[in-house]
Amino acid sequence: MQTQVQTETTPVLEIRKLTQRFGGLTAVNDFNVRLMPGELTGLIGPNGAGKTTVFNLVSGFYQPTEGEILVDGVPTAGLRPHKVTALGAARTFQNIRLWNDMTVLDNIRVAQHYQLGYGFFHSVVRSKRYKEREAEIAKEASELLEVFDLQRYAEELPKNLPYGTQRKLEIARALSSHPKLLLLDEPAAGLNSSDVLELIRLVRWIHEKFDVTIWMIEHHMDVMMELATQIKVIDFGETIAEGTPDHIRNHPAVITAYLGDDNI
Amino acid sequence: MKKYSLNVLLVLFAVGLLFAAHYRVIDSYIQIVAMTIGINIMMSTSLNLVNGNMGEFTCGHAAFMCVGAYVSSILSVLCFGSKFGDPLLPAASVVLVFPLILLIGGVVAAVSSLLVSVPSFKTRDDYLAIISIAVNYMIISALENMDFIGGSRGFQGMKDTVWSMIDIFDGPWMLFWVITFTFFTIWVIRRFISSTYGKGVNAICQDEVAAEIMSVNTNKIKIINFMVAAGLAGCAGGLYAHIIGYVNPQSFNILKSTEAMVMVYLGGMGSLSGAVISAILFTCLLEVLRSQAIVDALLSPVTLMFPDWEPSAGVIKWVMIPLLLVIVMQFRPEGIMGNRELSDVFPWLKKFYRFK
Repeated sequence: MQTQVQTETTPVLEIRKLTQRFGGLTAVNDFNVRLMPGELTGLIGPNGAGKTTVFNLVSGFYQPTEGEILVDGVPTAGLRPHKVTALGAARTFQNIRLWNDMTVLDNIRVAQHYQLGYGFFHSVVRSKRYKEREAEIAKEASELLEVFDLQRYAEELPKNLPYGTQRKLEIARALSSHPKLLLLDEPAAGLNSSDVLELIRLVRWIHEKFDVTIWMIEHHMDVMMELATQIKVIDFGETIAEGTPDHIRNHPAVITAYLGDDNI
Repeated sequence: MKKYSLNVLLVLFAVGLLFAAHYRVIDSYIQIVAMTIGINIMMSTSLNLVNGNMGEFTCGHAAFMCVGAYVSSILSVLCFGSKFGDPLLPAASVVLVFPLILLIGGVVAAVSSLLVSVPSFKTRDDYLAIISIAVNYMIISALENMDFIGGSRGFQGMKDTVWSMIDIFDGPWMLFWVITFTFFTIWVIRRFISSTYGKGVNAICQDEVAAEIMSVNTNKIKIINFMVAAGLAGCAGGLYAHIIGYVNPQSFNILKSTEAMVMVYLGGMGSLSGAVISAILFTCLLEVLRSQAIVDALLSPVTLMFPDWEPSAGVIKWVMIPLLLVIVMQFRPEGIMGNRELSDVFPWLKKFYRFK
């Protein structure tokens, strides 16, 4: 009981005084964020503002120069990305990174590595534990595909799917690790307008159905305005504004930095 | 039941081969070719794990074969030979101990693969290729400088072990062990690579960043994969040493590594059945080109023009085989099978065997 109460009160993601320098360049400067369970937050900023760097720091690809990142209350300092994912922070990429020569089903199955529960020798002797786990993994994977309405593509290769479906599959794959926090890096990039509408529906549906906290980078302002309850704006690694979409829309600093001096 | 018919067929074939060898239906030359095919299958399928399934580029696979050959040779001489003093074990135990000796050779080879797999955390492609060549040279040079096991003169005495097996039962023992270990190799690799665990290897090949972010412990998988590949190559080396009865560091140099690579690229990257097929084809081709008559016939248009030139089969072989590789890379760069298995090419085979 006690642990349950604790998880309800700890933020899913907490970033304190995060600074990242690449040589002389400060990509992220004194960045703070607290995401409580169930939030759907946005992160925007002009190109090169440091958005993806923040995501890369959270998922463990870079070790921060200064500051602290806590995923579900656990500091991630020194953890490799696969460990961070096991803590409950999954992500997608700006350019789709699926395993293109593995079937759709295998793409989902391999993402279960964090809770595989068996090793090399089990896989060779096909022990009881191996068989149980493989059956569970296969069941879970096909259930997930069914939920995402991707079941009919199960034996297809991802490279043969339409772009929008690939996006969907990548999000499904990220969710197969049962994350508490889902980082979406420009999910609408490269989608046409009808796909974008579908994506908005999909993200909202995921947010409710999977009970997951979502933090999203996105350039499509309509996606952001539609989905996010809170938006944080960064430029040159500094936080320049944060608040509700309406607040951000009219914030003078945002208009100057992100949308330019002209009218939208 | 039908799904196991290929297994049954293979076992019947193996038993048939053993009986034929025992009753001298096939002579010792054919036996040697069959054993070489087995060893080459072990080498190509194990290298295929690294170069095919994981998509790394290593060219020092013979180094691990070398480690396995030396370790199992020394153990076998210690246990059953008289070179280092009295044999440690009674000759009657040889049939049980010999596979263990081969496996220990494989385990030591697997550990030695850390020399390549640890650098592979941070390096890929050409850089890892250079590291693997360097490791190949390191191991050969180290052995050449160990005088107590013969140094560059080589090491022998393993035939004592084979003789003690023949004393127990007069049969084609080495053929039996080669067949057993070839089946063992394919069994291990197929099961490893078709599990969700082993598919992590393919994930690393296709997108390492995505693999890492999707909770695949890439470093661990790399170590395991290199260890399996090197361990099986080590077993192949032990068998090779006991068939020839003599090992020399230079027989595991870069040329041997290249042979393994040729088989992998000929068969198709990441295709287990391709690696098996190409190992069989490649070994047969090597044997055919060993015949002076066939080489003369093949080269007759050229020798007519240059009557003074008398090509020797041993030399021409190493012109023909690289040429074959050039032709394959030009016209079918994905190899005989590509990354497909036999069952993808002939779907009806699925009824008889589960390839994946």
